Amino acid sequence: MIGTIVLENLKNRPMRSLLSILLIGVPVTLILTLVGLTQGMLSEAQNRQRGVGADIVIRGSTMQAVTSASGTTIPEAMVDKVQQQPHVKLAMGVINDRVELILALTGLDVTKFNRMTGGFKYDQGGPLEGPDDILVDRLYAQEHHCQVGQTIKLLNHDWRVVGVIEPGKLARLAVQIGTLQELDAATGRVAQIYVQVDDPANIDLVVDELQRLLKSYKVYTMAEITAMYNVDQIPAIKPFTVVVAAIGVVIGVTVVWLSMYMVVLQRTREIGILKALGASKTFILGIILIEATLLGVGGTVLGILFSFGAQWLIQTLVPASFQMAIVYAWWPRVVAITMAAAILGALQPGLTAARQDPIEALAYE
Amino acid sequence: MSNGAIIEARGLRKVYRVGQVDVPALRGVDLGVQPGEFVCIVGPSGSGKSTLFHIIGGLTPPTAGEVKVGGQDLAALSDAGRTKMRRGTVGFVFQKFNLLPNLTARDNIAVAHYIAGRGTHPDAEFDEVLRLLGIANRLDHKPNALSGGEQQRVAIARAIVNHPAILLADEPTGNLDSENSKAVLEVLRDLNRRLGQTVLMITHNPEAAAYGHSTVHMRDGRIVGRTGTTA
Repeated sequence: MIGTIVLENLKNRPMRSLLSILLIGVPVTLILTLVGLTQGMLSEAQNRQRGVGADIVIRGSTMQAVTSASGTTIPEAMVDKVQQQPHVKLAMGVINDRVELILALTGLDVTKFNRMTGGFKYDQGGPLEGPDDILVDRLYAQEHHCQVGQTIKLLNHDWRVVGVIEPGKLARLAVQIGTLQELDAATGRVAQIYVQVDDPANIDLVVDELQRLLKSYKVYTMAEITAMYNVDQIPAIKPFTVVVAAIGVVIGVTVVWLSMYMVVLQRTREIGILKALGASKTFILGIILIEATLLGVGGTVLGILFSFGAQWLIQTLVPASFQMAIVYAWWPRVVAITMAAAILGALQPGLTAARQDPIEALAYE
Repeated sequence: MSNGAIIEARGLRKVYRVGQVDVPALRGVDLGVQPGEFVCIVGPSGSGKSTLFHIIGGLTPPTAGEVKVGGQDLAALSDAGRTKMRRGTVGFVFQKFNLLPNLTARDNIAVAHYIAGRGTHPDAEFDEVLRLLGIANRLDHKPNALSGGEQQRVAIARAIVNHPAILLADEPTGNLDSENSKAVLEVLRDLNRRLGQTVLMITHNPEAAAYGHSTVHMRDGRIVGRTGTTA
């Protein structure tokens, strides 16, 4: 019977119900989009690292987070030194420079890159030849409407697009290493060295050997590097997510509170009728809480649907700059967050309704 | 105090606090109503009729005095106790019908049955009452699709679905035209005669008061006279 009362109440005020659901859904979308962006971008970066085909990565000692792109602290001569170590099949130095918030331009040695990775696959055009040539990946080309033959300006330098490549191998934007070193005043230095060994069984052996040899640098296996592409490893991501989730809870609580406060005002007389019929405080509170919970469920479902919409929009409008994943593991969490917000928001109006004096409520016009 | 009375009130007083001022609404009311009696209460506005109605209905406690309804001492009951009493001992019919606007007539009746802890479906015998009330074929309509007379008959059905000891009616014809008023009053009289339902009805209308066995006259918070016979 409570279900009938609640459903009829929701149906009878469709605009209020829909607006409440919409306003609860927005923070749900916000949380899921933030988490999805974090996971999506880390996963995409992780895949690009895997796509190199290297077994070991040497990084400069000043690099803190895995997402650090710059820091050309390794002398290029070190690449040759690594190359000469036993069981090392190939060593390749690269340099990175950010061109957007999270988009980097990668300078690489084309010959070594081709040997290590098998080379880029080209949607259009062909490999880097001249010093000002640039390869852009399909997503960047889509977002920036780039075509082969076009000139683009990055790092205050004009680059000629010579090829559009398939994403997934190290770089989103690739140029000759020498040009980027010159632009960054980092001639003779690299940011990272990718190492391929002759046999996967020798990876640990080579890591130990390199770490002994290069004491001031960090030597990681590729498995260790890819494991670092994790939310827990990125500074500030977790607190940021908590802050956004907290904002979501505050918005949710406020929306439900306002909505249920209006409900109690509008239905004062109906509450009086129920009390005259002998409805207990628990019964009245139950109606308000169940109604708020249903609004919360509706808001959660709408928020999840909107997160698919957000993913589509991001993929369509800014595919190179942002990648968003649908993180199913967060669905139960947003359900819990929304339910908590709905119950918290409905508590005060519900208690007010439950404590109404039946005579005053019946006289309410 | 009458022996076997279903309503017994003695020295009943009620004082409302309005701002800094105490306003006496009942100044010592003695009343007895026997089971199966149809009693009307008449009196001018401010005479205390509604306050008496609210106290007997368990909607508010008295300030002083004794009041027993169906053997229960209402003065001794807590708020929760009065709430429980309202579920089965009394049934209310209001001037403004007071149906839940979002529910059908059937659900309006069912909700009273449910709150009393008896499930959502009234027993089969209640179908006979619905036919007597003339609303058996209007149960799937919401209040806004029913006439005033039909709404009040649904409210009467809701009031008696739990077989209360007393049916309390506060100006039940106050919002109805004469034809519907007559129909509602006849329904109340039928319920009283056929089912032995005790009815306490507040009214301003002398013609309506004539439907009862006796009429209690109130003025300035006191009973000033009682005319008619007992059932």
